[in-house]
Amino acid sequence: MAVCIAVIAKENYPLYIRSVPTENELKFHYTVHTSLDVVDEKISAMGKALVDQRELYLGLLYPTEDYKVYGYVTNSKVKFVMVVDSSNTALRDNEIRSMFRKLHNSYTDIMCNPFYNPGDRIHSRAFDTMVNSMMMQVC
Amino acid sequence: PWSRGRGGSGAAAAAAGTGGLLLSLSETEQQRYSELFSRCCPPPEAAAGGSSVGELFRASQLPPDTLHQITEVCGAKRVGYFGPAQFYIALKLIAAAQSGFPVRIESIKNELPLPRFMALKNDTEVRYGTPAEFHGVKFQVPHATLEKNSYKRTDEGDKQEAKSPPMSPICSPPASPSTYQRIPLSYGYGKARSGLEQQHGAPYEVRHCTHQQDGPSSGNYGAKSALPCSTPNRSLSVEREQQDSSTQYSDDPWRITEEQRDYYINQFRSLQPDLNAFISGSVAKNFFTKSKLPIPELSHIWELSDVDCDGELTLAEFCAAFHLVVARKNGYQLPETLPETLLPDYLQAACLKPVRDCALFDSYSEPLQGSQQSRDLSRTEKPSAGEVPDNSALLQDAKKDDKQALKVSTTLKTIPKEFQHLTLKTAAQEPNALRARPRSRSYSSTSIEDAMKKGEEPPTPPPRPQKSHSRASSLDLNKIFQQNTQAVRSGWLPPPPPALPPRPSVSQTEQPSEAELHPQMNRPPSQAEENSSAKKEVVLAQPPSKPARRKLRTEAQGLDTPELSPTINVTSSLPAVKPHLPVQKQSSKQKRAIQTAIRKNKEANAVLARLNSELQQQLKEVHKERIALETQLEQLRPVTVL
Repeated sequence: MAVCIAVIAKENYPLYIRSVPTENELKFHYTVHTSLDVVDEKISAMGKALVDQRELYLGLLYPTEDYKVYGYVTNSKVKFVMVVDSSNTALRDNEIRSMFRKLHNSYTDIMCNPFYNPGDRIHSRAFDTMVNSMMMQVC
Repeated sequence: PWSRGRGGSGAAAAAAGTGGLLLSLSETEQQRYSELFSRCCPPPEAAAGGSSVGELFRASQLPPDTLHQITEVCGAKRVGYFGPAQFYIALKLIAAAQSGFPVRIESIKNELPLPRFMALKNDTEVRYGTPAEFHGVKFQVPHATLEKNSYKRTDEGDKQEAKSPPMSPICSPPASPSTYQRIPLSYGYGKARSGLEQQHGAPYEVRHCTHQQDGPSSGNYGAKSALPCSTPNRSLSVEREQQDSSTQYSDDPWRITEEQRDYYINQFRSLQPDLNAFISGSVAKNFFTKSKLPIPELSHIWELSDVDCDGELTLAEFCAAFHLVVARKNGYQLPETLPETLLPDYLQAACLKPVRDCALFDSYSEPLQGSQQSRDLSRTEKPSAGEVPDNSALLQDAKKDDKQALKVSTTLKTIPKEFQHLTLKTAAQEPNALRARPRSRSYSSTSIEDAMKKGEEPPTPPPRPQKSHSRASSLDLNKIFQQNTQAVRSGWLPPPPPALPPRPSVSQTEQPSEAELHPQMNRPPSQAEENSSAKKEVVLAQPPSKPARRKLRTEAQGLDTPELSPTINVTSSLPAVKPHLPVQKQSSKQKRAIQTAIRKNKEANAVLARLNSELQQQLKEVHKERIALETQLEQLRPVTVL
């Protein structure tokens, strides 16, 4: 269960960002922003090889004592960043990967909508529903 | 009792407030007005809240300047608030305006129907006479037949809501379908709409009960739809007001009636003559944008209706989307999920079947459609033995033709039943798009560079029309398709092309599998061709994307034909596909047909081979350029990255 999920456009501005404990939103925004540097680093590290050989899933970007940040980048340089609570040790890599895959699928669905202009903020209700399902359930 | 009291005092106040103008309110009017007034100002105040009054007025669907006029005339502007007198006068003026009379004090002296307001909220919990919340009684979109009962209806509606929430929130169920029937009948997007938006006086007469019954020209109905257009803010405010979820909708508002369906189908035809093909996203976007709904709403409607999320609308999806637009225009709030009656499955089963049956289309090849239309596509019967080889050959010819504008139009007549079968099946399946369609996008390797380099097509586009196999009947087709896909992927086997003597013996499933196999196998070369450059015909194939691609595929497939003898083809294909094809006898007719097909294919092959070589050349050049660019990029990169 993620604590914060963000979709970042190619130009590194957020298309969609949602976090669960809404009072700490700013902190998560900042975390996601700083994680972008790590994402870029990872992309460029693989950049020697041809782009298409790059894995989309970037894995753990960096851990802090409170939470871990995972990254995923698409072929069109749209990045998904997920912040996960560190206390949630049961969360395995596979699950993170599947969550990213779901995100990617939903994102593609949004793209298919002709009324969506790439680069706009994402307002899709279907996407919201999917993200909500992935977020941590706050009692 | 309370409302009546207010009504009484209201009438008196009205008389007093207008400085001597005696407003005679009828019993029903009094009741209604007082009810409205109480909704506008919940606590028993002297004046109605400005915002709620404004919303109510906007719900009357009058243009803003008319509303301003009304406000002025009724005296609210003068006194600065909407007292009961002003309010009642305003209501009466609204009724007058809606009936087509000018906004004048004199006009309200006439006998007028009650003012009509668009549904402001779809709240089935609105109780009759609950002043606490301004729910804007759900005034039904005006209709001739309903007009008489307008006030009665709301009472009934309210009471019914109290009793049975599942019932149509707006009014008694029989009314709502008729609503929908009227509205789309002459919905007239486009010209009619723009023209009508200018008229304010005339359209209002439409809404008057006495005029309406039918017979009004399409223009009038277009006016009705134009009215919501002309007050987009109203719809937005309506949206704001409507808090309630859609779950309270009964099936009625979301059920498409026959008339509506026919109308939608006609509209579909106007956009896309082939009823079994798709409307592309951009075309649909333009069309629905004409409805003047705000883009986020249209976006949501699209999300709801494009069930298979492929960026295109099948007929069923289009009908659902259109219906949602119509509903939205009439004030219904958009549901969160697609109502059951609007699911493509349901629509498909319910109504589109007859259309489809007589439609006779190949969902893939639009250009083929013309010729195919003339044929009688019976659904997926086992083609006669002789026809099958003809068909496959002829089909390829046909596809070739369409793509390269060669002749061979005659061959199209005897459409490959097998392909018909295939496409019919897929056509059947497309509208039944599943939400849980198999995601054939493989993210790890579908980059465009990938496709370019390997010349292997990303799995998504060609299978797209077939992805949405949701019918149980198509399960085997699904499996076969995927089997073929894998066979293709594993190795690009030369396709068993036109002359397949054994083919006639094949069962139903095998035939489609072969047809599938052909396109599958042709996809890689075609993809390479397509991707490598903006070569004319190849690129031409691109915009009609899927249909053309299949054609290209089969053409490329035809490429291989002359290289292999038919028997070799057959045998080589056999291992790839399911082992089937027991050899069967052929009639002489079949042989002849096969031979003609072979000849034609050879011609096509020659052309295609040339094309192919040119494209390959281009591909190589582009690759070289790409590598050069990449090396440059790498050289530059260390500089930019700190």
